[in-house]
Amino acid sequence: MSRLDVRKTYKLAIGGAFPRSESGRSYEVLDSKGAFLANAAYASRKDARDAVVAARKAFAGWSGKTAYNRGQVVYRVAEVLEGRRAQFAEEVQRSEGGTRRQAEAAVDASVDRLVWYAGWADKIAQVVGGTNPVAAPYFDFSVPEPTGVVAVLAPQDSSLLGLVSVVAPVVVTGNTCVVAASAERPLPAITLAEVLATSDVPGGVVNVLTGALGDTAPTLASHMDVNAIDLTGAFGDADQALALEVAAAENLKRVRRPAAEEWTADPGIDRMTWALETKTVWHPIGI
Amino acid sequence: MTTVVPATGSPATTDLAQVSSSDSALRRFLHGLPGVDQVGAEARAATLGTRSIKTTSKAFALDLAIRMVDLTTLEGQDTPGKVRALCTKAMRPDPADPTCPSTAAVCVYPDMVPVAKETLGSSGVHVAAVATAFPSGRAALDIKLADTADAVEAGADEIDMVIDRGAFLSGRYLQVFEEIVAVREACTRPDGTSAHLKVIFETGELQTYDNVRRASWLAMIAGAHFIKTSTGKVQPAATLPVTLVMLEAVRDFREATGVMVGVKPAGGIRTSKDAIKYLVMVNEVAGPDWLDPDWFRFGASTLLNELLMQRTKMTSGRYSGPDYFTLD
Amino acid sequence: MAANTDGTSAIDVRSNVFDYAPAPESRAIVNLRTSYGLFIDGEFVDPSGGGSFKSISPATEEVLAEVSEADEADVDAAVRSARRAYTRTWSRMSGRERGKYLFRIARIMQERSRELAVLESLDNGKPIRESRDVDVPLAASYFFYYAGWADKLEYAFPGKVPQPLGVAGQVIPWNFPLLMLSWKIAPALACGNTVVLKPAETTPLTALLFAEICQQADLPPGVVNIVTGAGDTGRAVVAHPDVDKVAFTGSTDVGRQIAKTVAGTAKKVTLELGGKAANIVFDDAPIDQAVEGIVNGIFFNQGHVCCAGSRLLVQESVAEDVLARLKRRMSTLRVGDPLDKNTDVGAINSAEQLAKIRELSDVGDAEGADRWSPPCDLPSNGFWFPPTVFTGVTQAHRIAREEIFGPVLSVLTFRTPKEAVEKANNTPFGLSAGVWTDKGSRILWMANQLRAGVVWANTFNKFDPTSPFGGYKESGYGREGGRHGLEGYLR
Repeated sequence: MSRLDVRKTYKLAIGGAFPRSESGRSYEVLDSKGAFLANAAYASRKDARDAVVAARKAFAGWSGKTAYNRGQVVYRVAEVLEGRRAQFAEEVQRSEGGTRRQAEAAVDASVDRLVWYAGWADKIAQVVGGTNPVAAPYFDFSVPEPTGVVAVLAPQDSSLLGLVSVVAPVVVTGNTCVVAASAERPLPAITLAEVLATSDVPGGVVNVLTGALGDTAPTLASHMDVNAIDLTGAFGDADQALALEVAAAENLKRVRRPAAEEWTADPGIDRMTWALETKTVWHPIGI
Repeated sequence: MTTVVPATGSPATTDLAQVSSSDSALRRFLHGLPGVDQVGAEARAATLGTRSIKTTSKAFALDLAIRMVDLTTLEGQDTPGKVRALCTKAMRPDPADPTCPSTAAVCVYPDMVPVAKETLGSSGVHVAAVATAFPSGRAALDIKLADTADAVEAGADEIDMVIDRGAFLSGRYLQVFEEIVAVREACTRPDGTSAHLKVIFETGELQTYDNVRRASWLAMIAGAHFIKTSTGKVQPAATLPVTLVMLEAVRDFREATGVMVGVKPAGGIRTSKDAIKYLVMVNEVAGPDWLDPDWFRFGASTLLNELLMQRTKMTSGRYSGPDYFTLD
Repeated sequence: MAANTDGTSAIDVRSNVFDYAPAPESRAIVNLRTSYGLFIDGEFVDPSGGGSFKSISPATEEVLAEVSEADEADVDAAVRSARRAYTRTWSRMSGRERGKYLFRIARIMQERSRELAVLESLDNGKPIRESRDVDVPLAASYFFYYAGWADKLEYAFPGKVPQPLGVAGQVIPWNFPLLMLSWKIAPALACGNTVVLKPAETTPLTALLFAEICQQADLPPGVVNIVTGAGDTGRAVVAHPDVDKVAFTGSTDVGRQIAKTVAGTAKKVTLELGGKAANIVFDDAPIDQAVEGIVNGIFFNQGHVCCAGSRLLVQESVAEDVLARLKRRMSTLRVGDPLDKNTDVGAINSAEQLAKIRELSDVGDAEGADRWSPPCDLPSNGFWFPPTVFTGVTQAHRIAREEIFGPVLSVLTFRTPKEAVEKANNTPFGLSAGVWTDKGSRILWMANQLRAGVVWANTFNKFDPTSPFGGYKESGYGREGGRHGLEGYLR
């Protein structure tokens, strides 16, 4: 007699905990062929608000860490992800379809991307900041700083590599985030949250919501305590993207508009700089 | 007993006597004064320098500036003849114009005081003598005091002393303080009156505005009647921002104690335009009470002729030239 | 030299024998036309609808000139002209040649600096001392600075091939008309874009003089287009479908509308919006310079400054002393004729703005704060408001939260550095902040904690073309100035 498998219910990741949706709702996640894969929590507006509160709470601590330390933490995430390569490959393949090799390549690329961004933590300030030679006796310098709490609508297609590619650059620079995972392919996102929880990423730095964007995204876009929103996950739905951008204007959120993406391409530094502020400091030079 | 509230407004009000009771108390007080940001102070001075003075105000300012001049000769080659000529010039700067006011004083070495005194007579122009081993101040205290007493005895109305910059810069504030107190005592005449004491900091050697502010308070607490920037022998001598810091100090000192102290920038003030910038600064920083020869002086020599030329231009409408004014 | 121990007389420079006589700058240098067309395709043209409005001197309410009002058709003509110039000329020109045009413009601005300064003070109401020493030289310096970037863009962003965006639609405010024009036009042109710029309706004249400078520089027609008008004209610029980039400086409310208007488009946007900056004075501050910094922070340009230090946060232990010094210093401020070289505080830019300042100040009274102004005689014509300070203000007061955009300072106190940071950051804005202390490590800690795009330590309201400027939070996004300022004009 074959053993009955233990099915996992995938929960949300908020503030370092893994709660069910406060609404109690969940939904069936299907694989690429339409077969049942798992149950996942269906995040409500309230869950989105809770996630923002958790992200805000974590911001001071995370942004206050040294860049070196954030780089170490993100590198640790890469290490742990590498260690769970098989599990991720399985989830990616079942979520996205394609071959096992393609799925493994996506996992490998995700690990490499994390390593790439980890190294950026203590270099980005030197590349985008610097001193300004003002025409008066002042020392004047500009430094990048994280903008704050970032809402990230993760790409719908690329459930792990795309996810890592949008989240890592946001957090490695010191932001905290609320991620609305791919609605139909949420499993790698929740498993990634489990990885984060076991690799020194403080609770609340990355919060993961699963479920349809229609419920969570408007809450995040209109939330006055969210500083920026990445609309990548709304790609292909121009009406939704427009509505979200209009909502985001209410508190002048920094908005990254959706665009076609090639996740395997060299990402450049845009996905870090869009959620960075430039702070310029002046001080007189005198005796 | 006068109470000095440090300008920081710190809760501790400090007793004047206690401030000077020990080296450490004096240091605590002086180092408790608020700092001076160089760039900000210089920017403020520069802005005041952009004030534009026209017509009646300018005529008033030029005459006031002439009345504030301490006409100075402090050279090894000074002779009685030179000093007599200087005194004549001080009494009647523009012989062609009887409405031209005389200067506040002449400023000479102590040995020239009798000559100056005799020439000036009862003109009202004061005799100021630089004493205390001017300009370096490098002599024993008894010699400095004798230097001072001699000048006072010879009839000096005002004594311009130098502080011991070496002691100040090495932090021996009490020594500097006690020296000023001693010199002020040496200014006393047998009848109980006293020559007025101007204390020269040689701000070019103190270098920082923090030091200038500390020296100002130190000298004021020690009883200086005037605080003065420079000997004229060290560059930089008087500047607008140094004078700004000193004007702020006398203003704050009066707020704290009710006592007014005068300010004298000396050296490097050569043009009428410069002089007017100083007056603007006096007016806006310390206030109009200081716009008086009793409370503000210019230590200068060539400045006087520049003022006279501008004055003549104001009255005649023509620009004048050096040939029309006496050399000294 | 009688010893004067009577220290009771208060300093009052106004009742002073040494009163400054009026020293007005001559207006003769400015050749005002009675009416101005729109500057489109290198020519001044009549508006299609024939509409016009008057630009007045806020100091006297005298009508300075009749200015055209651009409607949608005019804006469309300007955008088409800019597109033509972009496609046919400007985007094809080498960076080196573009740079030389900008250098040429900068030089002409320097040569005509007095004319620009007088006109700016006439039209805006700001003191000639500021337009002469700050606005105009700075405006020229932005052109010089970005001129040099035009042929070096490939060095600005490693790993990127810099490409211009196309046509930039730019809407600027009335507080620094020429300076804001230079912040917008210089980087746009250096990067190879062409522009349609709308100056504010109360201060269009220096932009129109700048149009003449473009002609004088032989700038190819259509590279710079200037459309005058009010809100509707601005909306038409922002909404025009062939505009690739929108740059706006002004109020947060209008910024919000712009962000909504451009939503769903491919337009790149930079917004430089409102502020309610904290100017934080610690007990160990260089006190006299701090007082100057407070004055400069809120009374510079009549407080019509988005980054004005409108909230003074002063440490409780020195609050009384700082306030006494501040009031004494305010008593020496000279309010009056903007063209007088001795004027420190000029006219409020418009009747509308004056009404807003009055309204919010009245709210301050009603909320129980204590209002103080030095005695000063305000002219009977024109729009005037005395330098004003409110004490006894708390975070809950409207005058501590809303941008007054006038010479009105709200004073709050704090006890510890942490409290200062909390209060400073407790606002939806995040444009600038000031810190005054002699302690170096505290300056850096404060600079690190303050959520603001510009932190002035032991100074305030300093600007430079090399120095990026822009806000956090609702103060907008994007930076102007420096290498960072190129980013908003390149893809």
